[in-house]
Amino acid sequence: MKITEEMVDTISALSRLKLPEEEKVRMAGELERILEYVEVLNTLDTAAVEPMSHVFPVKNVFRADVVEPSADRRDLLRNAPIPDEEAFLVPKTVE
Amino acid sequence: MELHALTALQLGEKIRAGEVSPVEAAQAALDRVRQEQGRNNAFITVLGDAALSEALETEKQLRAGARLSPLAGVPMGLKDNICTKGIKTSCASKILGDFAPPYDATLVQRLRAAGGVLLGKLNMDEFAMGSTSETSFYGPVRNPWDLTRVPGGSSGGAAAAVAAGECWYAVGSDTGGSIRQPAAYCGVTGMKPTYGTVSRYGLVAYASSLDQMGPIARTAADCAAVLDLIMGRDRRDGTSLEVESGGLLAGLTGDVRGMKIGLPADCFGEGLEPEVRACVLAAADVLRARGAQVEEFALPIMRYVVPAYYMIAAAEASSNLSRFDGVKYGWRAEGYEDLTDLYSKTRTEGFGSEVKRRILLGAFVLSAGYYDAYYKKALQVKAVIKRAYDEAFEKYDLLLTPVAPSTAPRLGESLDDPLKMYLSDIYTVPLNLAGLPGLSMPCGFDGGGMPIGAQLIGPALGEAKVLGAAHAFQLDTDYHTKMPKGGDAQ
Repeated sequence: MKITEEMVDTISALSRLKLPEEEKVRMAGELERILEYVEVLNTLDTAAVEPMSHVFPVKNVFRADVVEPSADRRDLLRNAPIPDEEAFLVPKTVE
Repeated sequence: MELHALTALQLGEKIRAGEVSPVEAAQAALDRVRQEQGRNNAFITVLGDAALSEALETEKQLRAGARLSPLAGVPMGLKDNICTKGIKTSCASKILGDFAPPYDATLVQRLRAAGGVLLGKLNMDEFAMGSTSETSFYGPVRNPWDLTRVPGGSSGGAAAAVAAGECWYAVGSDTGGSIRQPAAYCGVTGMKPTYGTVSRYGLVAYASSLDQMGPIARTAADCAAVLDLIMGRDRRDGTSLEVESGGLLAGLTGDVRGMKIGLPADCFGEGLEPEVRACVLAAADVLRARGAQVEEFALPIMRYVVPAYYMIAAAEASSNLSRFDGVKYGWRAEGYEDLTDLYSKTRTEGFGSEVKRRILLGAFVLSAGYYDAYYKKALQVKAVIKRAYDEAFEKYDLLLTPVAPSTAPRLGESLDDPLKMYLSDIYTVPLNLAGLPGLSMPCGFDGGGMPIGAQLIGPALGEAKVLGAAHAFQLDTDYHTKMPKGGDAQ
């Protein structure tokens, strides 16, 4: 399957990545080679096979709804690049 | 005998007997790290005083008569994607900056409760994506057996540190072979247990359905001792299984009589270096001589395992790594115009190229129009692969295969061709897809003196069988006792 620069642009936008032009061309080529190789999966007939996301038959796991202390807000904010006393700070998003 | 040449259990025994104190052991390890770090770059963070005071604490507890564990006071290292409270956890990525988690991973709590002494955090491929430990923001790790070669990856720092005698055991993570392959390249023993047996709470996620943590140490017995401490149900990991912890070390008898071991012919064909094949087949002979029945069988699904793996791993990675956005943790780019630009700039400058490649590949296979053809297809193939292993384990107790097609390549040889690097994961990735336990053990050296590993694979929850056979092998061989020439010997 041909991977165009436009396709790389689309998935880059979805992934919040901005590749420089020369990297875009290289990435398109690499993705194309990888996907070409993956074609081998199509030689296996899986029409009757259910997709398997979890390998063991673990069903919903429930626990009692008991309130417990969670992490301290100050501890969590300490790792942020730019926090204030109570929040993560980001550029204004709504004009 | 110098302390660094002991196994973890031997050191633990000396500590319990009062012949060596935990502080002496930690000091010896720190001296060794000081000597080796400039050569192999195995650590990202070394804890000096903190390690010594943790050792002192363990010493006090032992003196007060606490039983703790066979590994109490034995210094260890953790891969840098395992969260440690207040201690930098970087995933070897620029984007996490100096992130110091506000909590310990469950596994870290368990090791500490057992008298574990943390020496530091180990280098790795960025976000555990890679097979060489060269993609680290903190510089490549080098193989202690030959500093011009890679240690394997992604837990390359863990394997290199154990091989170089800088710590007696380490915990790594394994999503597609990241414990087993570096263990093989560095001549040490490493085990990925059954998916769900070690809580993933506090492991920075790469591909959640495949990720599992496990030990790297000198011997299978050491690995059993570590697994006895870290396995078990954790309510904070919804995928963790109801398993009993403990008993693996005590269960090692060395008896493999009557055990049926299958050699998948499809793992010994094209692409495998003759020296690796010869050593792995010789390992089968050792087990045969101890009374195991070994025979070949066909496992034709091998040609599908790498493509299925990379589709699933990339898809999950693209989703898991969306949390790194320059807002909540670590590093943020400068000069952004708005929020979207902040995200894009931070991620573009903060992630390395292998991570970006997998994020983009994952976004592609999950995107509208391609989801069924690639991602769903891979999940169907995963079911077929799982069934093939289920059938194999109706006939055999264990399987024996190579760990990697070759010994460690030179630095810089692998990254130019990502697809070729992916293909070298062929023997290890199916276990992650099928959730099975696997162990890598040293079984020889190539003509250039580089270690070769053999992989033992068990059925789900077959840890005791895998470790039992590896222990039996190590009773009759001495590959696991060999150490690279350190800086002091050159």
